[in-house]
Amino acid sequence: MAEVLFFIAAIGAVAGAVGTVSLRNPFYAVLALVCHLLALAALFLLLRAEFVAAAQVVVYAGAVMVLYVFVVAYVGGVGEPLTGSTGASLRFASIVFALALFVELTIALVGTGLSALETEGANAPAGFGTPAEVGALFLTRFLVAFEIASLLLLIAAVGAVILARRRAGLGDARELSVGDVMRRPDVSAGPWQPGTMIEAAAPPRNRPPSSSPGSR
Amino acid sequence: MSLTWYLVASALIFCIGAGGVLVRRNPLVILLCIELMLNAANLALVAFSRAHGNMDGQMFALIVMVVAACEVAVGLGLIVALFRRRLPIDVDELRELSG
Repeated sequence: MAEVLFFIAAIGAVAGAVGTVSLRNPFYAVLALVCHLLALAALFLLLRAEFVAAAQVVVYAGAVMVLYVFVVAYVGGVGEPLTGSTGASLRFASIVFALALFVELTIALVGTGLSALETEGANAPAGFGTPAEVGALFLTRFLVAFEIASLLLLIAAVGAVILARRRAGLGDARELSVGDVMRRPDVSAGPWQPGTMIEAAAPPRNRPPSSSPGSR
Repeated sequence: MSLTWYLVASALIFCIGAGGVLVRRNPLVILLCIELMLNAANLALVAFSRAHGNMDGQMFALIVMVVAACEVAVGLGLIVALFRRRLPIDVDELRELSG
């Protein structure tokens, strides 16, 4: 029974991974990754990691993938050609590299002398992988890692908001304030255009007043 | 079910992800492929945790999931910033580090 479940889940996971890599539309790639994550959660359940499987489904397949879908819908899921300026030879070399990596890892795994890998695993203690055990470990042995993870999440959230915030001077996204209009009446007549490198290097609020002749 | 099978599946998924990072040019898909590689590492960690019979590997996998979520948030923020500057969403076109 476990063998059948393993092969179903493993084939699903590998098929989802192949779909993620090979589908041209990013939206379909995200959906393939969701299938991959669900199959991987089944593998985690087979390995008796119940809490990790639940977190995988809720956090990854739920929250993170929703974020992906929103960004793909915002940016526009434009289909991309698989070949292009990178060149076919470099692409071929990449695939050869990935295959060589797989062969090397498989040789290392199959040829290893670790006898524990041939078994189904050690005798797990009671409560192995349950949320109660995970919570107890997070609040005792792994307390520092737990706190650092929360700090990292806070930093990432603040960083994402700062990176994706609206910047001044980007066309319709621009918010004019009264001070801007008073100080710089020709704010749209400057040499910069929205979205160009000039504008990126010197946004209008930070430019020195001498560079715009009509302002003073 | 021998644990070697789980590790071979993990290696296969990791290599598919690595190949995807090298082949694809859309940064969104590259982020997805990095997720694949992190998930393959998670599978290996959980398999080793099962082999040892203690839960350290599972805790490691949970922390990896936290780090992956942070990476996704920052990476998607970068992609949204690229889109707002009307730069092409293509890693081959983004050659200069300015702005």
